[in-house]
Amino acid sequence: MKHNYIYAGIAALLLAACGNQTAKAPADHETASQNDFQKQLQTQLLDAKAGDVITIPEGTFYFDRSLSLTVDGVTIRGAGHKKSILSFKNQIAGAEGLLVTASDFTIENLAIEDTKGDALKINEGKNITIRGVRTEWTGGPDVNNGAYGIYPVQTQNVLIEDSIAIGASDAGIYVGQSQNIIMRRNRAEFNVAGMEVENSINADVYNNVATNNTGGILVFNLPNLEQRGYKTRVHNNEVIANNLKNFAHKGAIVASVPAGTGIIISANDQVEIFNNIIKNNKTSNIVVSSYFSIGSMNEKGIKASFDPYPEGIYIHDNIFEGGGNAPAPLEMKALKLAMFGIGGALPDILWDGYINAELPKNTKRLCVQNGAAKVINVDGPGGYKKPSIDQSAYDCTLPVMDEVTF
Amino acid sequence: MIEQSRVGLVKKAMVMLVLATLAACSKPTQTITPYMSENPNNLSAWGIVAAKDGRLDLGNNAIPYDLNTPLFTDAAHKLRVLWIPPGKAADYREGEALDFPVGTVIAKTFYYPKDHTGTLLRTHDYGSDFAGTGLNLAKVRLIETRILVHRETGWAALPYIWNDEQSDAVLERTGGAMKLSLQKQDGAAQDFVYVVPNANQCAGCHAINTTTRAIQPIGLAPRHLNKNYIDNTFAENQLDHLHRLGVMNGFDSAKTAPRNANWRDESEPLDKRARAYLDINCGHCHNPRGAADTSALYLDRPEHNYPRGNSGLCKPPVAAGQGTGGHSYDIVPGDTEHSILIYRMASTNPGVMMPELGRSTVDEDGLALIARWINAMPGDCNASP
Repeated sequence: MKHNYIYAGIAALLLAACGNQTAKAPADHETASQNDFQKQLQTQLLDAKAGDVITIPEGTFYFDRSLSLTVDGVTIRGAGHKKSILSFKNQIAGAEGLLVTASDFTIENLAIEDTKGDALKINEGKNITIRGVRTEWTGGPDVNNGAYGIYPVQTQNVLIEDSIAIGASDAGIYVGQSQNIIMRRNRAEFNVAGMEVENSINADVYNNVATNNTGGILVFNLPNLEQRGYKTRVHNNEVIANNLKNFAHKGAIVASVPAGTGIIISANDQVEIFNNIIKNNKTSNIVVSSYFSIGSMNEKGIKASFDPYPEGIYIHDNIFEGGGNAPAPLEMKALKLAMFGIGGALPDILWDGYINAELPKNTKRLCVQNGAAKVINVDGPGGYKKPSIDQSAYDCTLPVMDEVTF
Repeated sequence: MIEQSRVGLVKKAMVMLVLATLAACSKPTQTITPYMSENPNNLSAWGIVAAKDGRLDLGNNAIPYDLNTPLFTDAAHKLRVLWIPPGKAADYREGEALDFPVGTVIAKTFYYPKDHTGTLLRTHDYGSDFAGTGLNLAKVRLIETRILVHRETGWAALPYIWNDEQSDAVLERTGGAMKLSLQKQDGAAQDFVYVVPNANQCAGCHAINTTTRAIQPIGLAPRHLNKNYIDNTFAENQLDHLHRLGVMNGFDSAKTAPRNANWRDESEPLDKRARAYLDINCGHCHNPRGAADTSALYLDRPEHNYPRGNSGLCKPPVAAGQGTGGHSYDIVPGDTEHSILIYRMASTNPGVMMPELGRSTVDEDGLALIARWINAMPGDCNASP
């Protein structure tokens, strides 16, 4: 009979358990959403509808996590890049400050500061406008700064204008794997790469200022990606004294950019560089390079379909001044000394000399119509042993390209 | 004899009373409501999981499931629950998540086991978590429950954060962050900030195609589900179970369905274990249509042999920035010290670490597995020409 009491007891206990008893849990409190503005802004981004304008008031606002927007047709507008500041210096999570995966997006007149990763990333989207935005790491150049300031990737019809990028440990303004790009009236300073167009088609880069970066303006093609880049115009820019010591982590593609490079083209095709003022870039005012000079070429990790050679590069009507007088890479330093002496300088255009021998003889790889400016072929394939300054090979023209409109 | 049978009858009656009492307890809150447009403020409104009587119970007809190899989320334990509306069924799809009918609700509850003092434990032992098919709230600390609901407009993701009393969870669409301390197996305390993603960040993983941006379940794909549920609760394979319940059509047999390895099972081949780990932890972004297709590194689908330039072997990074850690290639065979993959898995810096979201600590066991896998690879990445 004892058993019966036990069962009755269990039933009674269970009945009691039907009441409102709750298990006590140790008290841990959410600590990080004390910033009401963070919650408010992220809620606005979640609730946004096409046509909405989200206004960022004047002031500095702190965030400890990434913001994200996934709704098409939204505008985020501040009161000016010196007045409306989104600071991520307390960030604990998220690979960017603001991540946008949406089309018909405009962001203007605000600043994004001190993110742990990228400042503004836009991953896939059409009709993107970035205007009057400043991205900055306020502690100055540092290997631990985030990689990219303004970073649209896999976008179409992207306009970046009147914006400022400072302190990125990779590229200040970086447009990757995109189509139809206008970058104008921007300023990039104290980044490893000031502005970069990577694996993109139809880019127009003009009226920008790139100064005090390691490399000023880059037009690159990288391997293994689905889209190969071609057709970029770089014109009417001021590319001045990009002599900052390279502070990128080794392995990052821009870690291969020598300090003191004005404009660098790597493995890209159909690039027209004209009407720029390019001066006082100590390694070289313009570098035309194959992917071989990046140093990552290998037979296991690079698709065989990748074209590592630049072709169709047309340089004309630029104003060159100074530069080439103190190249950073040891080989270039030695080469400069041997060919041009202590007080001399490398010519304005430095070509690494790798060519695709399978192409027809009359292939126009590099054409230069730029007055007295000269090209030096540094003989990369031959270990820099037989550099040449014969200009006849570059005395050609290529069709000028149309401006990009959309 | 007579006395014995009388005892037996009383015993039976008492057992019935206990069962009836249990049923009376659990019924009222356990009906599941799929909210097709509204986002209820309290998790309890859904009924898919409900805290009461010291347990976190499953709603009526909710099916618990788990995965061969799960996503690492700061060593949190997870109770995964699926509910398909009565009379409806999912369609089997081999290479991706099952095609669930509108109205389907999935709940994933993140929690930590705790000892008698309330100290949270970092362990992969689920042994003391359960009370029936639910959780024993005296033994676990509930953190958050993420709801995925299949609406007419597509899947929606909603994060709920549990209150301190463990009585209910509240919708926090902007996510959250909370300081936690875990006791590691060596006894050391590990303090960290547990981060609950915001609703958009849910899509950051669950939109495994960034062109369509459509959210879908990740774990509910045949290769992840092809196993028996924890401790063989149902004594049959989860896929066969769904099929037998009549909630999955177009299915033959678990025996012919794809199956990822259990990454902790030392008896499975190292390559399969490593690829299963990378699949569930990285493949939702690192796939040919995912958010990380910008990198050309694809880590999903262990059965795929991605070609040179996509598998990571000797592949230079694209836009890794400071994430390279000073290394030139994603994977250098036999050389974990120079493999970017290892560097980023071992980091907790938000600008460096991979995955980008979902953890604040390092998965040391996962890291060790991937390191073993890389160390076992022959050859090198010597540059040419």
